Amino acid sequence: MSVDKDTVRRIAKLSRLALSDEQCAPMAAELNGIMNWVQQLNEVNVDGVTPMTSVVEQNLKMRADKVTEGGNADALMANAPDGEDHFFVVPKVVE
Amino acid sequence: MSLPTTLTDFTLAQARDAVAAKKISSTELTKAFSKAVADARPLNAFVTETPEKALEMAAASDARIAKGEARPLEGLPLAIKDLFCTKGVKTTAGSKILGNFIPPYESTVSQNLWDAGAVMLGKTNMDEFAMGSSNETSAFGPVFNPWRARNSNANLVPGGSSGGSAAAVSGHLCLAATGTDTGGSIRQPAAVTGTVGLKPTYGRCSRWGTVAFASSLDQAGPMTRTVRDAAILMKHMASVDPKDSTSVDIPVPDYEATLEDGVKGLRVGIPKEYRIDAMPPEIEHLWTKGIEWLKAAGAEIVDVSLPHTKYALPTYYIVAPAEASSNLARYDGVRFGHRAKGAKDITDLYERSRAEGFGKEVQRRILIGTYVLSSGYYDAYYARAQKIRTLIANDFTQAYKKCDVLLTPATPGPAFAVGDKSADPVAMYLNDVFTVTVNLAGLPGIAVPAGLTANGLPLGLQLIGKAFDEATILRAARSIEIASGFNAKPTQWWRAA
Repeated sequence: MSVDKDTVRRIAKLSRLALSDEQCAPMAAELNGIMNWVQQLNEVNVDGVTPMTSVVEQNLKMRADKVTEGGNADALMANAPDGEDHFFVVPKVVE
Repeated sequence: MSLPTTLTDFTLAQARDAVAAKKISSTELTKAFSKAVADARPLNAFVTETPEKALEMAAASDARIAKGEARPLEGLPLAIKDLFCTKGVKTTAGSKILGNFIPPYESTVSQNLWDAGAVMLGKTNMDEFAMGSSNETSAFGPVFNPWRARNSNANLVPGGSSGGSAAAVSGHLCLAATGTDTGGSIRQPAAVTGTVGLKPTYGRCSRWGTVAFASSLDQAGPMTRTVRDAAILMKHMASVDPKDSTSVDIPVPDYEATLEDGVKGLRVGIPKEYRIDAMPPEIEHLWTKGIEWLKAAGAEIVDVSLPHTKYALPTYYIVAPAEASSNLARYDGVRFGHRAKGAKDITDLYERSRAEGFGKEVQRRILIGTYVLSSGYYDAYYARAQKIRTLIANDFTQAYKKCDVLLTPATPGPAFAVGDKSADPVAMYLNDVFTVTVNLAGLPGIAVPAGLTANGLPLGLQLIGKAFDEATILRAARSIEIASGFNAKPTQWWRAA
């Protein structure tokens, strides 16, 4: 299976990456090179193998359900490219 | 042992002891290293230098020492990879998208070091979001390896992604540095710069406050000039952390205390699958020497098999981009980071902010990750890769029934020239062929300098341990360090530049 220009356009859209038409063709060629190389994984028999979910054998730790931090609105907004009164400003979303 | 005459030639251990004994002050030491950092700008090892902050921290350390309140790393100047968030100090992850990001918080690993008394010299350059093996994907330009081939002025890469940290340690610009390792990003640059790099077991260090690449693989670790220094720094980077549920609650041993215990009776496994096609004779020779050294020191050499080794790299290039594509979804141009100008709507804002902010390799990996996770491809790629990851981890479990540690080459070759491999992604990925299995299985691994090529470039060997058995690979690495007698240093050509 090969990655074509249309596939690149589709996954670029899913990835929220603006790719120009001129960028899609060379990117398709590069992704094909990489995906062809990973095809060798098809040689491996994975019948009955459990997929890895954690490399360390431990149960996910639980913590008390309580507030440990808060009131950091100024710090949270400090790196915002555009903000007003502790709100992030974005282009109009709903017409 | 007599101390070096130049402050920047001190090891971390020597500096620690000399500062504690008041033979030198932290301020003197910090000034010497800050000058070395400034003099080495041609290497481009640092994204941000923090000499004023370093002097403030050094003065505070000297005051504590005077009051008899010194902590374990009191007054020791370190370099921090620019992937660790540092409160009030710009943290870029080597990316334009974080080019102006000033974290309002401190990563747990760096906080642990400051709590132990260490001094920050600055933030080191790296491949963008730690994606690379040569430091050439950094938005802030490549780093040059302090080492050059004999009779050559060609600039070589320092490996990656922790290339700035490796260059800073190798070039004596700091006592030691922090790195992170997702597929080899501590061990590969350490090997090609003649330094020591330790990737601990997954969960040994907290990942909190470290910019995420592939969360199931990322681990922080020390980069140093000696094995002892790695043992010292490792102890103070590691911790269990309520802010990272994958950090593991196992006591951190005193790695330094067992460092000189030797390898008598240690069973060292030699995995036959690491004898790859087209392995350069110099690497083969070095590996053989490593086997002989450990044998002569009393270790028992055992042949073992890790049958799925050849599938590790392609597995990694599904798992890591998949995780990266979701981790990097947070860069949206809204809450922090680069924002495109004049967006016509919210989707346009996202798409253009990300296209402008991310470099080419990062975009490539986000696309691969999105592809392998997308509907219709998930089972064929991602689910299959996670199963193969289980098989790779099982290989190690089987091997460790016959041995205690594994000895392998660290890299398939020495440092290469800037630009040599950047045109072919797969050729670049092959740099991590010996290191990536360790991340997939969550195990600890250390690269230790072992010799020079005929051209005078450093090469390293790798020791791989059982989970949470960093102490054993550190003492085996110490044994190799003693046997190899590696003490070569790069000429400081950048001072004349």
